[in-house]
Amino acid sequence: MKALWFHLMPYPDLKPDFKQKHNSVWVDLDPGMFNPEIGHRAYNEYIDELVYAANAGFDGVCVNEHHANAYGMMPSPNLIASVLARETSDAAICVMGNSVALYNPPTRVAEEFGMLDCLSGGRLIAGFPVGTPMDTCYAYGQNPAVLRERYYEGIELILRAWKEDKVFSFNGRFNKQRYVNAWPKPIQSPRPPVWVPGGGSVETWRMCVEKDFVYANLSYFGHQASKASIAGFWRQMKEMGREPNPFQAGFLQFVGVAESRKEALDLYREPADYFYNRCLHTDPAYANPPGYTTEATVRASMGSQVMQAAQQSRMKARADQSDIFDAGHVVIGSPDEVAETLRNVCKDMNVGNLMLLLHFGNMSAQLTRYNTDLFARKVLPQIKDLFEGQWENRWWPTGMPANKRVPAGSTFADVTGIAAQ
Amino acid sequence: MTKPRETTIDTPSGPMRVWKKGKGKRVGVFAGIGGQPRWTPFLDALADSRQVIVPSLPGFPGGPSSDGIDGHLDWIVAARDAMVAAGLCGADLVGASVGGALAAELASLWPDDVRRLALIAPFGLFDEAEPMADIFAQPPGGLARLVSNKPEAFDAFLAMPEGANKMDWDITSLRARVAAASLIWPLGDTGLITRVSRLTAQTLILQGDQDRVIPAAYSKRLAKAINGKTKVRTIKNAGHVAECDQPAATAKAILSFLDS
Repeated sequence: MKALWFHLMPYPDLKPDFKQKHNSVWVDLDPGMFNPEIGHRAYNEYIDELVYAANAGFDGVCVNEHHANAYGMMPSPNLIASVLARETSDAAICVMGNSVALYNPPTRVAEEFGMLDCLSGGRLIAGFPVGTPMDTCYAYGQNPAVLRERYYEGIELILRAWKEDKVFSFNGRFNKQRYVNAWPKPIQSPRPPVWVPGGGSVETWRMCVEKDFVYANLSYFGHQASKASIAGFWRQMKEMGREPNPFQAGFLQFVGVAESRKEALDLYREPADYFYNRCLHTDPAYANPPGYTTEATVRASMGSQVMQAAQQSRMKARADQSDIFDAGHVVIGSPDEVAETLRNVCKDMNVGNLMLLLHFGNMSAQLTRYNTDLFARKVLPQIKDLFEGQWENRWWPTGMPANKRVPAGSTFADVTGIAAQ
Repeated sequence: MTKPRETTIDTPSGPMRVWKKGKGKRVGVFAGIGGQPRWTPFLDALADSRQVIVPSLPGFPGGPSSDGIDGHLDWIVAARDAMVAAGLCGADLVGASVGGALAAELASLWPDDVRRLALIAPFGLFDEAEPMADIFAQPPGGLARLVSNKPEAFDAFLAMPEGANKMDWDITSLRARVAAASLIWPLGDTGLITRVSRLTAQTLILQGDQDRVIPAAYSKRLAKAINGKTKVRTIKNAGHVAECDQPAATAKAILSFLDS
């Protein structure tokens, strides 16, 4: 089992009456509300938390991309990932990911991921999301009628840019480049593992199977909400004659660990309330632009997860804490209780990559550290053996040999030494 | 209201449904948001004194696929193909909303092929100082309330035709919305204003006096930029889809202009 510590980097100062006074946390949120001094503190605190998690023993640290969004302050996750590449030494750097269709040309993704893989010594997990409608179609103005085609073509261009050793021309439907030259190239050969964060679209499942990508279901409503999507992925795998290797699937789970369930309720009630009642206050109007949900998905009678989230955010019942905890949106409890739940859920869904939100909402640095620490010391040892040795994990960064790795700061120290002589 | 005569005509984009009804001088109609899923009282009123010809543009109900359309040039070419295939060269042309944007393009680029042009709240422009509404960012069920003064009537216009399969109809409706997005996403600005100086046909721009999508100033700005003699008229008690909200008054205004 691989456990990854995931940060959304929410803006920590949304006021209690945010839901009443604003239409949405996303797209049309007033940018004048952003206080850069709060941003300064939050970014630095959040990076410290990610580094702390890497040192505490998590297998990977994870960042993602959002635009015009107060619950996700990373329009460029690669900036954060580059800091993490320097400040951590062993954890996988999971960028989950770059919304391929928003990069013009997508060669930029090949380049920046190449840089990150070089910087980190081959520790990059390259995430290729199509991106939410809010990020792609509304905040960035991409036409939903061709967003997916643009996304698929972008992935094709990136993979080829990593593969080719000679400059080549790319004459795509949306991207035309006379000289494609991904310089630098990633350390991992033939390429970094590719993970695809997705909702529940048939096309995404199919692409992950065909291209041997990891399918990661990222829902803010916990394992129960992910169950159907993960099952759909395994169905697709079976139909296409592939083995159900649990390391080819992942899901996201909010977790709050304490000495007891009662203490967990006391500790995590407020940050959970902040996340579900302020951060997830989104407008369904932005959830389903025409073409974003594909015909195949409509035919499969599957609703959009984004739309479901947005509609639920409009329901006042969300304020009911028991729903958040009892329904498993946030798994809370003592280390043993949390470990048992996660072990059962991962076995039940056959998922070998657990992405954990141990910071959520306006959780303080102190509580984040407590949660992270307890999880690393008392939960992780109870779940990390799951699936290990039973399945080959082909979707984890290979890294590079320790004797070839250059620790941060070491080369400059050498130079200084020579100069002193 | 009797049904129109339906034919299927091959176009370079694929087979296209064409509806025809009435006798007299030809008038072509390019439909608005949602395309033309059914014959309407507005078309019927036009057909009282004209031969009404309704081609189906790519992606909209009855039209060929819009999958291969990548940009505005492809849309203009597809609309031109539809116009030629439906036998509309030299005829009068009516275009509503998204169909209005394309009708104005054809009249600009092939000025000899459009006798008179009537536009109902056409898309194609955008003004940062007075932005038009975002027809796509609407809550479920919100579009009808935004575009129409009679939302129930507009919903009925877009509703599943009798005898259709629900899933197939959901896909048809989705394709129509995708086609509209393909044409006007994200602002509704197709660059039309830069081309209408070539438009020499006499033109009528109609707009509902309660259009909540396109500000009234857009019609005036477009009229000013068109080279041909252009009138702007409002239809009372109508929203963006004036032809749906006030079919008789809208048809009367158009016929009176075409016949004047």
